[in-house]
Amino acid sequence: MLRLEKRPSPSKAWNYATPVVAVLLTMIAGGILFTILGKNPFEAIKLIFWDPLFSEQFAAYSRPQLLVKAGPLILIAVGLSIGFRAGIWNIGAEGQYIVGALCAAAVALAFYPAESVLVFPLMILAGALGGWAWAMIPAILRTKFNTNEILVSLLLVYVAEKLLAAAATGFMRNPQGAGFPGSRNINQYASAANHEIFAGTGLHWGGVAAFIAVLFTYVMLQRHILGFQVQLAGQAPRAARFAGVAPARLVLMCMGISGAFAGMAGMFELAGPARLISIDFNAGYGFTAIIVAFLGRLNPIGIVLAGLLLALTYIGGELAQFMLNLPAAAIQVFQGMLLFFLLALDVLSNYRVRLFLPQRATTENV
Amino acid sequence: MTTPLLSLQGLTKVYPGVVANKDVTFDIGEGEVHALLGENGAGKSTLVKAIYGLIRPNEGTMLWRGQPYAPNAPAQARATGVAMVFQHFSLFDAMDVAENVALGMDNPPPIRELAARITEVSNNYGLPLDPSRMVGDLSAGERQRVEIIRCLLQNPQLLIMDEPTSVLTPQEVEILFRTLRQLRAEGRSILYISHKLEEIRSLCENATVLRLGKVVGRADPRQESARSLAEMMVGQSLHTPSRPAAQPGKMLLQVTDLSVASPSQFGTSLKGVSLSVRAGEILGIGGVAGNGQDELLGALSGEIRAPAEAVRMAGEPVGHYGPNARRAMGLLCAPEERLGHAAAPDMSLTENALLTGAWREKLVTRGFVSWGKAKGFAEKVIERFDVRTPGPWVAARALSGGNLQKFVIGREILQRPSVLVVNQPTWGVDASAAASIRQALLDLAQAGAAVVVISQDLDEILEVADNFAALNGGRLSAPRPVQGLTMDQIGLMLGGAETGETDVAA
Repeated sequence: MLRLEKRPSPSKAWNYATPVVAVLLTMIAGGILFTILGKNPFEAIKLIFWDPLFSEQFAAYSRPQLLVKAGPLILIAVGLSIGFRAGIWNIGAEGQYIVGALCAAAVALAFYPAESVLVFPLMILAGALGGWAWAMIPAILRTKFNTNEILVSLLLVYVAEKLLAAAATGFMRNPQGAGFPGSRNINQYASAANHEIFAGTGLHWGGVAAFIAVLFTYVMLQRHILGFQVQLAGQAPRAARFAGVAPARLVLMCMGISGAFAGMAGMFELAGPARLISIDFNAGYGFTAIIVAFLGRLNPIGIVLAGLLLALTYIGGELAQFMLNLPAAAIQVFQGMLLFFLLALDVLSNYRVRLFLPQRATTENV
Repeated sequence: MTTPLLSLQGLTKVYPGVVANKDVTFDIGEGEVHALLGENGAGKSTLVKAIYGLIRPNEGTMLWRGQPYAPNAPAQARATGVAMVFQHFSLFDAMDVAENVALGMDNPPPIRELAARITEVSNNYGLPLDPSRMVGDLSAGERQRVEIIRCLLQNPQLLIMDEPTSVLTPQEVEILFRTLRQLRAEGRSILYISHKLEEIRSLCENATVLRLGKVVGRADPRQESARSLAEMMVGQSLHTPSRPAAQPGKMLLQVTDLSVASPSQFGTSLKGVSLSVRAGEILGIGGVAGNGQDELLGALSGEIRAPAEAVRMAGEPVGHYGPNARRAMGLLCAPEERLGHAAAPDMSLTENALLTGAWREKLVTRGFVSWGKAKGFAEKVIERFDVRTPGPWVAARALSGGNLQKFVIGREILQRPSVLVVNQPTWGVDASAAASIRQALLDLAQAGAAVVVISQDLDEILEVADNFAALNGGRLSAPRPVQGLTMDQIGLMLGGAETGETDVAA
């Protein structure tokens, strides 16, 4: 029989070990899944985790992709991690990402074709504001009417997707696009384009923004009283109120920061790799970032590593898709399993598992 | 005399470091309502847990109608004929009444049959309850009925009720008492735990009084006065404060007609509370748990906002201020609940030192935390208040209750408060730690602070306080000097007689 015993204080060792064990378990369970699908599991795992970085055939293309994909994941995930620490669950980063991109596109298209150094910074600002405003909807509904921010923020993703479709096929459609859906190519508008900073690295301004966001979050959580209040509110809400933390203000702040970061990520993606507003502009970064945040233990440094790992599964997954004909859904299952194992293993940092033999029933029933 | 229903003979229960029950002996007769009286920590709960099979006594025996009775589990106690209504309900809000009742039964019948029986029992005993209603929609009194009916369905011979009236309105108390009298008329026995002396006098024919785990008295409550029962509960002698009466100083804390709604559903709202404390003075506030103590602390700490004029610090209105603005003015508080309210369980002592010390101890400059200073402050608290812990990096939840309490009180006292409000400063704390905390409170007052001690421990209040007031149903009696106060008066104040409202008034 198994029994869980609460530890007197949380285990530091397990706190760091769980992400690694979760990745290993995901590889094993994923391997079983791929076997059932009739693929060679070792080949599939190697294609996902090894080949994008080290195979001569694919690395030249795949390696820069790592930073391209990790950038938005990390930027969104560090923003989410602040709220998650406070027990404020913004699940709608995907929607804030879309709205941020739409706002940035609106700025770019308004200036087009005028060239100015102001366009790019204004787009960043617009992206951040758009994401922030979209996140304020669940935040204000929660503080004013006590609605559940998980549901509201999630459902607003679908609203944002409708807005995106309307923009791509309607009000933002390229007038010179021969009737095809999609906006002008912002990547070809010099003032607005988000190019690689060093050729061949995949690093664009979004990566720089992610780096700054990680630093910002690290300093805030470790050194600033706001970071302390965020953690206090998450761990002991009553003690937080006693310490003078106003819950409503905290909700607005955490939702605002995560929304702004997600909006910025949308902006960098729009002006860079995505190039334009299209119906399928969003690629699920906002949802995957939730996995990244938890896999990184809500710790900024951990999130950088987790972001790189999840970016790898994206790239490796695509590779496995066309090399092995794996269905796209199999890769999503794979990412989902990662979160599942991680959350399941989390119990080990606070509890220890004890094996015991069931006692003889006779002594119990005198 | 006939064989008693249940006979306890020399029950002793020892926990590490604490003797919860020592040689407890008494009988409960058939058809008797027996009161178990005692202050918090007197060992009442431990005793009834032993009867209900939740814990096993170290020594002593129990006899059920003359036969040995040693339940290993509540199921066995229930099979014998013992049922218990707990002080805290164990119900699921999202399920209906019948489903909740079924969950607590050993062999529940089909739900439709059960619903019919619930209706039948509730009609028979005058406890109106619709089995198809959601528990989340029920009042506290109705929830208690669910628990009582769950017990009655098992047809018990002995019903144990732990503080049943603490969450009831006066009208609900009347309904409950009618039911209990009907049960007695049917020949069932009831073990009734309460500190409300008037209730016990009107309901019970026998009382056993516990103090510090021992039986210190037996009485027929109908023949006793509230005063004599209270004296048995708290002991005969009144402690005289050992320090010389200080000259009353400047008026530091003044609360005027403070009425605030409780943030919690089962809380008690404060109704027109007024009090004043001068420099060098300790005001003790007594009363049974759940009569507004948490709310009073919250309203003084700033967690519950009030009209500006309702709370004044040295003449300045502060009722509308939050906790940190009040701290800045020197009004500090130590709540009752150590883990989760006064301290964050999973955070280190350094982080917990920052929790209230951030501004007053200047641990934060321009928003940035100086962890070195925070650690220094935590170390100072640990050293000055003799907190036994390996160091300030230890999580709060790893400390024993007494050590964490010393840390929490020390954290506030070292911030040199001009007004300190503490709720249950020595609850669950061993005797030597309790003594050092009380001494620290006396020293603080001597140094010119105004101190409010909210406590359910009358001995404690009488030891440290200059003035005594009682909190009852959210109302505070007029404070009286402790010196010259008789037990009779204390009993009446605690019972709410002097606040113009008694429990059975309605």
